[in-house]
This record gives sequence, structure tokens and C-alpha cells, in this order.
Amino acid sequence: MNNPHHLNPTSLKSRFTTRFLRALTKIRAQKPISSSSPTEIFRRYRRIKVAADKSMAYSVRSRRIWSRAMLWKLRSRSYRRQDPCSGRRSGKTNQAIMKKSSNGNITRRREDGVGFVEEADELRQLVPGGETMNLCNLLDETAHYIKCLTTQVQVMKKIADFYSF
Amino acid sequence: MSTRRSRSRQSASNSRITDDQINDLVSKLHQLLPEIRNSHSDKVSAAKVLQETCNYIRSLHREVDDLSERLSELLATTDNAQAAVIRSLLMQ
Repeated sequence: MNNPHHLNPTSLKSRFTTRFLRALTKIRAQKPISSSSPTEIFRRYRRIKVAADKSMAYSVRSRRIWSRAMLWKLRSRSYRRQDPCSGRRSGKTNQAIMKKSSNGNITRRREDGVGFVEEADELRQLVPGGETMNLCNLLDETAHYIKCLTTQVQVMKKIADFYSF
Repeated sequence: MSTRRSRSRQSASNSRITDDQINDLVSKLHQLLPEIRNSHSDKVSAAKVLQETCNYIRSLHREVDDLSERLSELLATTDNAQAAVIRSLLMQ
């Protein structure tokens, strides 16, 4: 297991900010004439989402299992047409499934009280590369991944606030 | 209830992982969670911590999603000069 304290949040934040802003500039530079059409906004939204993940994973580099898994996923994805439901956002899909199967196993289990192994398996689906981690790695990587996600949200919020100014 | 049993099963499959290590990592996760970190009770089961962790990650994913959408709409109306200002402000 890696040293959990090697991450300097400030520098990670600035690395992410630099990369993400660079990506945004690129995305905006490619804007067509009607950049506010719904189709264009949706296309750009998808590109921004990928850019946010890419910038995050590249800022962490290959020092973490989750960032390696995410970079690998993003690289292999860029060769095919993007599927809006693929990759990290599967969390959303899982939730939709959970809601749908209100009589299914998930809800029943929740009502009976939560099981550690079941929850760990759910976590594996949410953390990139989680499927192949041992329990120790999974918990350690999750902690790091959460820190990075909160940084990502913070920075994106800040940028959005500046833009709407 | 089943927590302890499941955990020892996990550690049995990998002899290098001890219950103490798992407890340690779970409590680290616990501290990162906004909901139960501030709750009065210290006695939260490991399974509950993992459940809340999953929920928290999902909510963060949703936030990134929403912010991407918002940024996409905002990009339609901003120009490069504004972007330069933002960049310099953020880099300070």
C-alpha cells in the first residue's frame, strides 16, 4: 500500500485547475457558429465531463490504482464512439436500477441492515479499477478518490461561478 | 452483526490484511464523509460507513455531472478574454 499522506492537496488542486482550464479553452475554441443550440450544449457537456475526469486522472498520474484504471479506460474509450452511459457515471445507472427494483434484493438487504461485503462490492463499482482491488487497496484508494472528487467539484464550482459573473 | 464474520472471512483469504488494518482504513473513510462525520454517535458500523461512502461518491459524481452541464451552457456565452481573466484569478 502506498503512503496515504503523499498527496499534497494544494498542488493537486493547482495541477487539476491548470489542466482543466486548458481543456476548457480547447473545447471553446472549437465552438461552431450556433454554440448555444441544445445539441451543441449537450455535445460540449459530454466533452467537459470527459475533460474533468482526464484532467483529474492526469494530475494524479499513475501513482494510484484508480487513476491508472481511469486513464486506461479513457484511452481505450477514445478509440471508439463514446457511450454516454459508460465509464464512471455508471453510479447513476446503478441508482436508477436500485430505484426500479424496489422489490429486489438491494432494497430488501437495506431494510434488513447493511452487510459489509455487499457494501464493499457496491464500492468496487464506483471506484475506477475497484473490481480488481483487494479490500485494503479498495478502502485506501476510495479515500484518495473521494479527496480528488471533492477537489474536482470545488474547482469546477469556482470556475462556473467566475463564468456566470 | 455479519460485519465481523465477513471481515474475518476477507482477511482469511489474504493473510496479510488484518482486522486492525481494515478498521483503520474504515475510520479514515468515515472522517471523509460529510453526513456521519458530524453525527453525535461514534458507533457506526463499518458496513454503514461503506454504504454512506457509496452514497457520497454518487452525489459527487452527480455534482460533476451538473457542473459540466452548467459549464457547457456558460461556455456558449463567454469569450476568450473572460477566460484569460478567470485563469489569472484562479492561478493567484
